[in-house]
Amino acid sequence: MAKKMLVISNLHARAGNREILRGVDLSIGAGEVHAIMGPNGSGKSTLARVLAGHPEYEVTKGQVLYDGGDLLAMDPESRAREGVFMAFQYPVEIPGVNNAYFLKAALNALRKHRGEEELDAMEFMTLVRRRMEMLDIDRALLNRPVNEGFSGGEKKRNEIFQMAVLEPRLAILDETDSGLDIDALKVVAAGVTAMRTPERAILVVTHYQRLLDYIVPDYVHVLTDGRIVRSGGKELALELEEKGYGWLEAAGAAAGKA
Amino acid sequence: MSTSARTIEELARREYKYGFVTELEQDAAPRGLGEETVRLISAKKEEPEWLLEWRLRAYRAWLAMKEPTWSNVKYGPIDYQNIIYYSAPKKKPALQGLDEVDPEVRRTFEKLGIPLHEQKLLSGVAVDAVFDSVSVATTFKETLGKLGIIFCSFSEAVRTHPELVRKYLGTVVPYSDNFFATLNSAVFSDGSFAYIPKGVRCPMELSTYFRINAKETGQFERTLIVAEEGAYVSYLEGCTAPMRDEHQLHAAVVELVALDDATIKYSTVQNWYPGDKDGKGGIYNFVTKRGKCLGVNSKITWTQVETGSAITWKYPGCILQGDNSVGEFYSVATTNNHQQADTGTKMIHLGRNTKSTIVSKGISAGHGQNTYRGLVKIAKRASGARNYSQCDSLLIGDRCGAHTFPYLEIKNTTARVEHEASTSRIGEDQIFYCRQRGLSSEDAVNLIVSGFCRDVFRQLPMEFAVEAQKLLGVTLEGSVG
Repeated sequence: MAKKMLVISNLHARAGNREILRGVDLSIGAGEVHAIMGPNGSGKSTLARVLAGHPEYEVTKGQVLYDGGDLLAMDPESRAREGVFMAFQYPVEIPGVNNAYFLKAALNALRKHRGEEELDAMEFMTLVRRRMEMLDIDRALLNRPVNEGFSGGEKKRNEIFQMAVLEPRLAILDETDSGLDIDALKVVAAGVTAMRTPERAILVVTHYQRLLDYIVPDYVHVLTDGRIVRSGGKELALELEEKGYGWLEAAGAAAGKA
Repeated sequence: MSTSARTIEELARREYKYGFVTELEQDAAPRGLGEETVRLISAKKEEPEWLLEWRLRAYRAWLAMKEPTWSNVKYGPIDYQNIIYYSAPKKKPALQGLDEVDPEVRRTFEKLGIPLHEQKLLSGVAVDAVFDSVSVATTFKETLGKLGIIFCSFSEAVRTHPELVRKYLGTVVPYSDNFFATLNSAVFSDGSFAYIPKGVRCPMELSTYFRINAKETGQFERTLIVAEEGAYVSYLEGCTAPMRDEHQLHAAVVELVALDDATIKYSTVQNWYPGDKDGKGGIYNFVTKRGKCLGVNSKITWTQVETGSAITWKYPGCILQGDNSVGEFYSVATTNNHQQADTGTKMIHLGRNTKSTIVSKGISAGHGQNTYRGLVKIAKRASGARNYSQCDSLLIGDRCGAHTFPYLEIKNTTARVEHEASTSRIGEDQIFYCRQRGLSSEDAVNLIVSGFCRDVFRQLPMEFAVEAQKLLGVTLEGSVG
């Protein structure tokens, strides 16, 4: 078996005194698309944010290997430079900072880390223009301050646009579908689907199966109460749509006692 | 404390890069202040009788004045008898050209990135370099002279253009104005003088670079800029000082006069030594800056980036006397460690249809305390006057403070005055967002702060804006929690 890109073993994490992840095991290989589903408060977003290195969470047990290296030992910017990207559930506003300027700084930080030449403004714009067409993004968005005054849909689209420019190896989408109308959802999903390559792994965190109609996953995992209680193929998502999460939560609670 | 807060703490202890001392032989006045000190300074400068009289009137007025206590800053008593009021590098008697500047002094300015050779200067910037109490060199004098522009040290202007100095000195900031301005009027040593004749657009930025070098010395410079009818000038001011354990007093006065249709842009990047991380040492920057829009359609713009000094007490203002005149104030004030700033502006609307804009950005980090204090006064006859004020504060960490004191005095019912204020904090979420995109914490803070200051930075001349942004970067490096 090929070595997996990301191997999460027995991951426990808490925010303050609240334990949220209680032993997550998950492996993701290059070229695979995994979906993490689960009810509100199950720890889905926590998992995404722990992988990205959010300072609010403390990992208390377990390990995460990324390309065989200790991901948890890396600071957030090193993870990003090594190709880990997270599309935020609530993208943050940075008033007064031009969106294009921000993205160019980010791209050049990554390129510098890889020992590549930094792009100048012209080269950057050429690259960006192609990505914008792909995601049907308005040119004006580039010159507006990062996420400031963006509609919910614009913010999410901007996240995927950043992802398309930064070309991560591991892309984590944290509830990217929330707050999107169906048209915006289709555009975002098409953008993500276009980025499926044999080298790239994608982890989609979502509450609803709706997104998975457009980004078809190879694997679906159900997270309840901080543990993965069920894994399966794409048909598991449909089953959840039909039955809800209740039956699995009961199973999770039972497993917890065992 | 979170990791990012810790990084910030560490980086906030960054050292002041301009803190070196130049060893020079000094020609200094004895310590302390009395009538004889005033006479000595005036004599050293070979001043005419009227100017000595003016200084003495100021000195006598000062004796009757009390140091103001209304500002929101705290400091121990200043012993005015323990300050040296005049200090100059010893030099050859006649300084004919730039080549004759003492090599040590020249090296000091080179170290500060201000070369005094014209050919090495940024084209488009003429520099007057003030070292302790005297101006040591002014560049591009001839080029400017061809256009009738006078740009020289204040002392030289007193010698060569006494009629102009006499006509305007004290017309904007009278010698009796306030405690520190009055002290300055008595003992001011040097500074810059600029005069732009009628209809002339000054083709380059005029710049003065102030350096305090000598120990236990106060710097009291005085700058006067006059723009005649239809003239335009952009003036820049920069300053640094060595690191010293004791506080040093800097009490400057700047007067600007704009006649009909004239425009003066005055930009400052203030980087006096701020003291160490425990608040020891640093400059007390107690400065009076005021411009008078004397003529119709005249315009004065103050832009300041204040990153240094232990204490900043400064309210560059505009007296909008001419009808349709415009006053603008754009400010970024930063306080880190134990720095305190009480700064803002005064817009005094006297003429009809006068307009003023105030954009103030205060950034506090560490234990820094940052106060915006502003006055907008609309006189009875100033019909149609308009003011827009925006005061934003950015907090970094949880031990600093931001305070806003806007005063509005409106005597005319047709006035339109708007005031907006906001306070925000650099959030851990903002930093994390940037880091998740591959930027370091420091770059993230710089980016967020520069975004916050954008409205002010874009008022600065290009090279200066870049410099200001870098300076702010180092001042605040990592100060987020």
